[in-house]
Amino acid sequence: MTKKNQERMPILEALNQMKKDRLVPFDVPGHKRGKGSPELTAFLGQACLSVDVNSMKLLDNLCHPVSVIREAEKLAADAFGAAEAFFMVNGTTSAVQSMVLSVCKRGDKIILPRNVHRSVINALIICGAIPVYVNPEINHRLGISLGMSVPAVKEAIEKNPDAKAILVNNPTYYGICSDLKTIVKLAHEKGMLALVDEAHGTHFYFGQNMPISAMAAGADMASVSMHKSGGSLTQSSFLLIGANMKAGYVRQIINLTQTTSGSYLLLSSLDISRKNLALHGKEIFAQVTEMAQYARDEINEIGDYYAYSKELINGDTIFDFDQTKLSVNTLEIGLAGIEVYNLLRDEYDIQTEFGDVGNLLAYISVGDNRKNLERLVSALAEIRRIYRKDPAGMVTYEYINPEVVVGPQEAFYGEKIALPIADTVGRVCSEFVMCYPPGIPILAPGERVTQEILDSVAYMKDRGSSMTGPEDMNLEYLNVLEEI
Amino acid sequence: MELWFSEKHTPTVKLSIQVDRQLYSGQSEFQRIDVFDSKEFGRFLTLDGFIMLTEKDEYIYHEMIVHVPMAVHPNAKRILVIGAGDGGVLRELTKYQQIEQIDLVEIDELVVEVSKKYLPQTSCGFSDERVRFFYQDGLKFVRRHENEYDLIIVDSTDPFGPGEGLFTKEFYGNCFKALKEDGMMVNQHESAFYAEDAIAMQRAHKRIVNSFPVSRVYQAHIPTYPSGHWLFGFASKKYHPIDDLKAVKWNALGFKTHYYNTRLHVGAFALPNYVEELLKEVEN
Repeated sequence: MTKKNQERMPILEALNQMKKDRLVPFDVPGHKRGKGSPELTAFLGQACLSVDVNSMKLLDNLCHPVSVIREAEKLAADAFGAAEAFFMVNGTTSAVQSMVLSVCKRGDKIILPRNVHRSVINALIICGAIPVYVNPEINHRLGISLGMSVPAVKEAIEKNPDAKAILVNNPTYYGICSDLKTIVKLAHEKGMLALVDEAHGTHFYFGQNMPISAMAAGADMASVSMHKSGGSLTQSSFLLIGANMKAGYVRQIINLTQTTSGSYLLLSSLDISRKNLALHGKEIFAQVTEMAQYARDEINEIGDYYAYSKELINGDTIFDFDQTKLSVNTLEIGLAGIEVYNLLRDEYDIQTEFGDVGNLLAYISVGDNRKNLERLVSALAEIRRIYRKDPAGMVTYEYINPEVVVGPQEAFYGEKIALPIADTVGRVCSEFVMCYPPGIPILAPGERVTQEILDSVAYMKDRGSSMTGPEDMNLEYLNVLEEI
Repeated sequence: MELWFSEKHTPTVKLSIQVDRQLYSGQSEFQRIDVFDSKEFGRFLTLDGFIMLTEKDEYIYHEMIVHVPMAVHPNAKRILVIGAGDGGVLRELTKYQQIEQIDLVEIDELVVEVSKKYLPQTSCGFSDERVRFFYQDGLKFVRRHENEYDLIIVDSTDPFGPGEGLFTKEFYGNCFKALKEDGMMVNQHESAFYAEDAIAMQRAHKRIVNSFPVSRVYQAHIPTYPSGHWLFGFASKKYHPIDDLKAVKWNALGFKTHYYNTRLHVGAFALPNYVEELLKEVEN
């Protein structure tokens, strides 16, 4: 990466040039630099609306980039150490789906952990590939699923030598990293491709003393949510590829589903954030790490809460830990993570990222300051003082090994009936059931419904988690396959 | 030559004071600090452009935030003061012989340094040997204390800026915890007159009501604060601000005050109807 070039922002520069040229717009969008929509302009600002424009000669075209977007892509690839980088404006979801669609066709196998984001299984529904799940181990004290175990990956590869690719979730939402380098090596030895859902790992490319990034580990594709730790606008993201991939084919795959009206607000935010990280990433993530560590120490001093970090590392399923993550286990105060999450929001006006059965995740970024960290820590101290309960009887998350009866595509499009949820035990589910956030499926299409799964759904619903996915939004009915 | 300092009290209302000269201007890690001298108000301190005190009217604020709780608590010995980097609260507190220890927690050491140099009228309280200084975040300090103080005085800036954390439920809850079983807390409570201040005032009141069994509001007239009509919060675990007022005892101390007296103490808790209504709205 050459620092000098990284100062450039080709998309931003082109937009500034466009403003100077004072073009008369007889093209879309119809708000015409905001003039046709005064209320929207008042809300978002003239500066914002003036660059909400369409592809044009000066600004290149996201579907077929040849000038400024192409230059910006090259700079991004250079910054991330990738062979190519694609600007994504349909969210990291579309980056993850493009990864899967680039390597799998109908009937192909892909090895992946079951705790993937729903976007991965959605891609399987679209392309008809068959998942081979690797059981993620569970840390029972914390109630979280861990990284991919190398022996388990080896076993899956041996049993499924025809699989096309391995997908790794790295880091997990909680900050857990797998032994990426070894997994990539195992995959490549058997002619499989290595894909990494790196939605929570943008900073691995720029900070110091971070876990290894996908590109550095030799992975073939990685989806990077710039809008999470990278600072760009929501929904903007990068898809990175290594030298083994054919860039032209990947772009064709992206263009199957990505908008042809790529937002220049999103594109320029990626360009600006890439520059910022390339030039200042070290300092930014040193500061974020320091703030997260401060909060972790303070929270651990309160008592009962456990804000975990690198001490969890075990050489395999917790190969490394992302110290910028502030994950807090709440079980010892007798409250589920989701309950603490709700108390923080309802009683203390503090919005955290998510709460699950036993953990709370507070997202720390360069936009934070000490004052707000003090509020978070103090509110947690108060919640312990006021709401603490006997921790006996707290349920922790248990991994339920899914029985995949049919592939996700077959199940999703199969003939189905809606049954009262209590009557679905033993049937094959044809839709997703998830707690949101984090959006990791409890049930995916094609999996057998068990009493254990329904109990877990009921427990989370009861603790105030929002359940998403099913056609019946109240989750009183569940769609199952008619035949099986 | 005319040099004027102006502070916007609302987007369309401002208070201006003609300045004789500027004595200090500096930027700390937390805020911009300025000290001016003026004919009418004498020296005055501003933080981020908002008047914190003027030599002419500071006694009103400092007497009311100190003597009201001190005349109620039968024997306050350990006091925690949060904010108050100008020293005015300390000046009033140190008049009491019974007090054994005053912990001053101010986030911005530069405010204290500047006050010592340019505002001798209030900073004289700093020199008392019962005062211990802690330069740190008030919220962090109070989190680490339990059942220790008889009285907490929250002399904060407005809820936008460094003082924001001192208007939160987590702060009031932690203060409750830091107080002894008959402890009390008084706080700078904003004003009810202008809409934006009133919202901040209501939010603070709602959170205090949720944290303390006794929660009342009292008022004073402070010419250089927005609308001139200012409120204080009186929150307590046990004592009632009027029923438990020890007027005879307090008067026997023989302090010379310019604003506070024990008759005014009782009257200050009688609030205008519109203020009572705003408070009632958030009490349920």
